[in-house]
Amino acid sequence: MANVTRIALIGNPNAGKSSLFNTLTGMNQKTGNFPGVTMDKLTGIWELEPGRNIEILDLPGIYSIYPKSIDEELVINILGNPKHPDYPDMAIVVADASNLKRNLLLFSQVRDLGIPTVLALNMIDVAENQGFVINSLKLARELNVEVAEINAKKGIGVGGLKLAVIKTLKHRYASNDALPLPVADELIDDVQKQFGEADPYRSLLWLMEHDRMKMFDQPQRESFDHLMEKHHFESKKYKSAETVKRYEQISEVVERCVINLNRQWDAEPVKTWTDRLDKVFIHSFWGYVIFLAILFVMFQAVFTWATYPMDLIDGGVAQLNDWLKGILPDSPLTGLLTDGLIAGVGGVLIFVPQIAFLFFFISMLEETGYMSRVMFIMDKMMRRFGLNGKSVVPLISGIACAVPAIMSTRSIGSWKDRLITILVTPLMSCSARLPIYTVLIALVVPEKNTLFGVFNLQGVALFGLYLLGFFMALLSAWVLKKILRAKERSYFIMELPTYKGPRFKHVAISIYNSVRAFIFEAGKIIVAISIVLWVFASYGPGDSMAKIEEQVRLKNPTLTGVDLSNKIASEKLENSYAGHFGKLIEPAIKPLGYDWKIGIALITSFAAREVFVGTMSTIYSLGGEVDNENATIKNRMRAEINPDTGKPMYDAALGFSLLIFYAFAMQCMSTLATTYRETKSWKYPLIQFGYMTTLAYLAAFLVYQILS
Amino acid sequence: MLTLADLRIGEHGEITGFTDEILSLKLLEMGCLPGTEVILTHHAPFGDPIALKVSGYTLTMRREEAATIQIKRK
Repeated sequence: MANVTRIALIGNPNAGKSSLFNTLTGMNQKTGNFPGVTMDKLTGIWELEPGRNIEILDLPGIYSIYPKSIDEELVINILGNPKHPDYPDMAIVVADASNLKRNLLLFSQVRDLGIPTVLALNMIDVAENQGFVINSLKLARELNVEVAEINAKKGIGVGGLKLAVIKTLKHRYASNDALPLPVADELIDDVQKQFGEADPYRSLLWLMEHDRMKMFDQPQRESFDHLMEKHHFESKKYKSAETVKRYEQISEVVERCVINLNRQWDAEPVKTWTDRLDKVFIHSFWGYVIFLAILFVMFQAVFTWATYPMDLIDGGVAQLNDWLKGILPDSPLTGLLTDGLIAGVGGVLIFVPQIAFLFFFISMLEETGYMSRVMFIMDKMMRRFGLNGKSVVPLISGIACAVPAIMSTRSIGSWKDRLITILVTPLMSCSARLPIYTVLIALVVPEKNTLFGVFNLQGVALFGLYLLGFFMALLSAWVLKKILRAKERSYFIMELPTYKGPRFKHVAISIYNSVRAFIFEAGKIIVAISIVLWVFASYGPGDSMAKIEEQVRLKNPTLTGVDLSNKIASEKLENSYAGHFGKLIEPAIKPLGYDWKIGIALITSFAAREVFVGTMSTIYSLGGEVDNENATIKNRMRAEINPDTGKPMYDAALGFSLLIFYAFAMQCMSTLATTYRETKSWKYPLIQFGYMTTLAYLAAFLVYQILS
Repeated sequence: MLTLADLRIGEHGEITGFTDEILSLKLLEMGCLPGTEVILTHHAPFGDPIALKVSGYTLTMRREEAATIQIKRK
């Protein structure tokens, strides 16, 4: 891949960078893009000319090359370091034409780094509606750069962009060597002597941002500090002065290249749709009502619409298994295939409709610009709990999956706000908990009943669980706020983008990527655990398993047929390795109402909680009660009898105790690994695991003791 | 000294300077330059954060952050 041409897409947030990326690369993306988290670089392939594919690198949106948060650091680490494996051959700066000056600030910085650059002017129609006519030919001449007019959303102007890119790649327009503001010549000389030749502005970037750049080690960072001291260079002052200076120059250029038709009747700005919608969406009362209503509809939809495809998948897997058992010889291998592998795969596939629905809603909220309003109206409340308006996105994304949600905290500037958000995000009920909730709610909440005759009671119960997770996250955040010390102060300066119609292609791509990532990432773990579990549940220590059949026949001489084989199967499970593990922890979980079978599921789901349903189906299909007519996991669990009371095992007390346990417990290796990666310390994943699991145990204990 | 936090909804002001060095760079980059006109357009519920129109787009910030931006009335 060494010779592949690579182009970086750079731009302000909301300038249309991701739209352009999707337009250029379509489905040819290598990395998944979760909604609201272009937190990492994304790569895709673009066919520039017939037979010439180049790599497109989409970077997080930034306002300037001086990073304020961790997601923004990535950009200078790539653009500032020519030895970086992702260092681009050139850059396309995507600029929102309706906000030209602010977008050109970033453009001028990128170009001064010495990277050949094309300026892609997006949203020209928006600018024209506001009364601004841009002469892009003149702009190209003034800035000495290739300018392409594009409409990233509609995919217009890609031809012109290709020409501009090809021309720029050929000529490799260099930047002007002058710095935006002069500094002592010896300073740049000193930097270049110690750290190698580079464009002067790049040398200056190294000097000012050395602490955030991974290419420098500690001794190098110290020598940068010495250089700054020696030359009395103050980077904060320089950056501010540079920004003002750049804006002055940009204003002059814009003055010459943009005609403002509004000037004659400048008095009142035009009332836009965004202004009108904001009257309602960020209203002090209706804003919250609408937000809650949207969330409620989202859950109601996920619970009711998604059940149809889910039942189909569930039933289909059960039928496939029965059919395979019918035609294949009765052997351990058949058992591994049906009860181990296929049951495990079915346990993965069944999540797909709900995950797709959740990501559909989250990505729609992002797409339309509504998510920023939510941050705006929630900031004050979140601040009381040690969080930040921006914590809303991780918390809402946490409904889908805590892993991308924790990654999305990188946009939160203050370390303390960010750390607290990371620690509490897994309390939000993620999609892996959904199937557990679904199965258990179906067992303990009556299906037919409705609240006020409108809302499905099961939907209400589900909504309640999500709310519970949310309030527990707030409460934990508040406690953490009291314990943790702040390193710097928190701030909340953010653009409110205009409302936009959703780009359905965008939505579709993000659903596709999320579902794909889920099936392959989570799927691998689930299938592996299912197989291991099947082995442990099918074999036992010594020759105990072999003797069971004999013993059961001896003890129950009257049993025949199905009853006999069921009895044998459940005795076998009890004496298997898995059964022994379950029995081992039974004393610890008895106060929560759980037996050794649930114990097995608890153990397996500490790696990944989504394994619960798969484990249950493995355990109960091995443990007998197999009624081929209706062999879904739900029915199997419903048929389970509590050996102590003779009543159904899954009564309200046990059901709610399990629900609460799964709502609070930290049962996800991927999340812990992500927390470690994002905090760079084992301390925080351990804290996260400890407090959540303790919380889960205590809460489940209380619920079971009160209800039973 | 009048600051952006003193504006009421619908009122105009012109930025004259900043009192916080760390925040000022972020604000400058976002287009809040001395001499720029701002209009306060919204309060979030409970009066904080605030939203303002500056350089043709809507910017939000907390009240305490707005208090670091000095303005004069227009």
